[in-house]
Amino acid sequence: MKTAPALPGWIAMLRQRLFATPMDAAVTLVCLYVVWRISVPLVDWLLLDANWQGRSRDDCKSSGACWVFIRARFGQFMYGMYPGPERWRVDLLGILIVATGLLLSWRGLPQRRAAVIASVIVLPPLGVWLLYGGGGLSLVETREWGGLMLTLFLAVYAGLIAVPLGILLALGRCSRLPLIRFASVVFIEFWRGVPIITVIFLASLLLPLIMPTGFNVDRLARAVIGLAFVIAAYMAEAVRGGLQALPEGQTEAAQALGLGYWRIQRLIVLPQALRIALPAMTNEFISLFKSTTLVLIVSIFDLLGIAQAALADPAWVGMNMEAYVFAGAIYWFACFALSQWSRLRERQLQAAHGR
Amino acid sequence: MMTFLRDRKVRDVLWQAVATIGMVAVIWFFVRNASDNMVKAGIASGFKFLWRDSGIEVPFNITGYKPSDTILALLWTGIVNTLLVSAASIVVATVVGFTVGLLRLSRNWLLSSLAGFYIEFVRNIPLLFFVLFWYFGVLAALPTPRDSYDFLGVIFLNRRGLSIPTPTEVTGFRLALLAIAILVATQIVLARWARARQARTGRDFPVWPVGFVLCGALPLAALVAAGFGTNWDVPSLRGFNYRGGFVLVPEFVALFMALSTYAAGFIAEVVRGGVLSVRQGQIDAARALGLTPGRVVRLVVIPQAMPVIIPPITSQYLNLIKNSSFGAAIAYPEIVAVFMGSALVATGQAIEIIAITLGIYLTLSLAVSLFMNWYNARHRLVTR
Repeated sequence: MKTAPALPGWIAMLRQRLFATPMDAAVTLVCLYVVWRISVPLVDWLLLDANWQGRSRDDCKSSGACWVFIRARFGQFMYGMYPGPERWRVDLLGILIVATGLLLSWRGLPQRRAAVIASVIVLPPLGVWLLYGGGGLSLVETREWGGLMLTLFLAVYAGLIAVPLGILLALGRCSRLPLIRFASVVFIEFWRGVPIITVIFLASLLLPLIMPTGFNVDRLARAVIGLAFVIAAYMAEAVRGGLQALPEGQTEAAQALGLGYWRIQRLIVLPQALRIALPAMTNEFISLFKSTTLVLIVSIFDLLGIAQAALADPAWVGMNMEAYVFAGAIYWFACFALSQWSRLRERQLQAAHGR
Repeated sequence: MMTFLRDRKVRDVLWQAVATIGMVAVIWFFVRNASDNMVKAGIASGFKFLWRDSGIEVPFNITGYKPSDTILALLWTGIVNTLLVSAASIVVATVVGFTVGLLRLSRNWLLSSLAGFYIEFVRNIPLLFFVLFWYFGVLAALPTPRDSYDFLGVIFLNRRGLSIPTPTEVTGFRLALLAIAILVATQIVLARWARARQARTGRDFPVWPVGFVLCGALPLAALVAAGFGTNWDVPSLRGFNYRGGFVLVPEFVALFMALSTYAAGFIAEVVRGGVLSVRQGQIDAARALGLTPGRVVRLVVIPQAMPVIIPPITSQYLNLIKNSSFGAAIAYPEIVAVFMGSALVATGQAIEIIAITLGIYLTLSLAVSLFMNWYNARHRLVTR
C-alpha cells in the first residue's frame, strides 16, 4: 500500500501561510509584484549603481546614490563643527560610557550596586567636562557641537534628568497627601498637554528671562531642560503604571514591619514597580530620542539638523536623498534596537510572572 | 518634646506646608527675575498687542486674512490652519491605520509582514525627519509648473503645490449637503427601527445594504450632480504658474503626508491590539452559533474591540494635533509658526504669546481627555 509522499515541511508551511486559498495565492502574488517593483530600483540606487569612491560631486557619475557625499561629510555628521584635533575627547567619552555599561551589566561584578551609583554620579559631570573643556582641556563652545554626538548628548542628559524627576512625580501622583498629589498632577498634565516644539521654544525664550540678570543659561542646556521636563511627565505616567500594578499588600506588609515612607519606596515598591515599568519607560526614551530632532527649531544642529544644513552646500547640490537616507537609517536602527530590547524585557517579565 | 512629630496627621500637614512654601518661593523667584529683566529690557506687557495691525504676510489661509488685519486675526488664521491640516491628516491616518492594522492580522504571511514592515519603519523614525523628507526630498524634486503632473486636466501637482479646482458658486453643494443630512438621518431612524423590530419579532432587516445605498451611493450621486450643475474655476497655466482654483501649498502637502503616514503606523498598532484583545473563545462561540463570518466580525469582534481601540486612538488624534506644530519647521503657517514665530518677533511679548499658545493646546488636550472620560464611563464593558 502506498501513501502520498509527504511534502517537506517548508513547502507545507509556505502553502499554508501563502497559498491556502486561491484568494490567498492572488494576494501573495500581488504582494510579491509590489515588493519586486519597489525593491529592485531601491537596491540599485542604494547599492548596485551607487558611487562609493571619490572626493567631490564630479566623482558621482553613475545613476545611483552618491555615498561619496556622506564619506566627505562623515566627520560633520558625527561631530558637527567640533574642532578636528579635539574629537578624540568625544570618542573617549563614548568608549568610557560603553565600557562602563558593559562592566556594569556583568552580574558577577563585586560591589555592583555601589559601582552603579558611583558611575551615575561620576560619569555625567566627567562627560560635560570632556566635551566642554576647561581645567586643562581647551574650551569647545556648545554651538560647535553637532551631529550624532549632539543627538546622543541631548537624549542621555535629558534622560538623566527625566528619569529621577519622573519617578518623583509618579510617587507624588500616587501620594496620600492631597497638595503633593495636586501639584504632581498639574505638572504632569501641563507638560503632556503641550507640543514639545512649543516647550523647546519656551525653554529657549523664557529660561534667560526668569533667571537673575547676568546669569546665562547655555542654549544647549535650555534645550536639555525643556526636553527633560516633557519626558519626565511622560516617564511619570509610565512609572505610575508600574506603581499601580503592585498589590497593595506589599506596602501594607512593609508598613507592618515599621518601615518609613522613603524606605518602603526605596526597598520594596520601586524595585518592583520599575521592573514592571521598564518597557514603558524604554518606549518613552525612544520618543525622547526622536524628539531631540526638534532642537533644529532653535538652530541647534543635531544629526538631522546637520543633514539638513549639508543640503545648503553649493558644492554638493541635490544630495537631499543621500543625506536623509543616511540620517534616517541611524535613527531607525537606534530606535528599532531599543524597541526590540524593550519587547524582550516585556516577554521576560511576563514569563517570570508565569502569565 | 518632639513626640507630636510622630503623629501622622501633623507630619502630613508639615510636609505639605514645606512643599507649598518651597514651590511658592521658586515661582516667586522666577516671576521677580522675569519682571526685573523685562523692565530692564523695556519689554511691554499686557494683551493690547493683540489688536495691533500685524503686518505679517500669511501665504496660505482660508480665513481671508490680510497683513493689515490685527494680530488676533493672525492667531485665528494659525488656529484654522492647524485644525485644517490636523483634520485632513486624521481622516487619512484613520483609514490607512485601520487598513494596515487589519492587514497586520492577515493569515497571509507576506501581507502581514509588509504591514509589519510599514509599522516598524514609520514608528522608529522621528516625525521631523518625515516632514523634512517630504518637503525637501520629495516635493522639491517635483517638476516646475510648466511640466506639472496633470490629473484629468483639472488637478495639477508641481513644486509650487497642488492646484485644485474650486466651485464658483455653492448653492448646488448646499442643496446636496442638505440631501445628505436627510439621507443619514433616515438611515439612523431606520437602523433603530430595524433593531427594535429584530428584538421584538426576530425578523432581520438588511440594514447594511440599505445603509450603503442611503449613506454611500446616493450622497455620492448628489455630490456629482451638484458638481455638474456648478461652474468650476479650473486652474490653468498662465506664464510661469497656475492661476485660478485653490492652491494647496507644498508646506501643507508635506505636513499632511508626514502626519498622516506617521500617525497611521501608531493607529495600526492600536487597532491590532484592540482586535487581538477579543478572546478567541468569543469568536469560536459566535461561529458555533452559526453566524456568518461577516456577522462574527460585525456583531462580536467590532463591538468588543472598539471600546479598547477608541481611547488610545483618541490620544493618537491628540498627538497628531500637537504634532501639527512640526509645520513650524517648514514654515507652514500654523499656530506655532505664525504666532510663536512671526508675531513674537514682531512684538517681543514672549510671555503673553507663549501663554496664549500653550493655553490653546492645553484647552484642546483638556477637551479630548474630557471626551475620553465621558466615553470610558459610557462604554465600560459590562462584565458578568
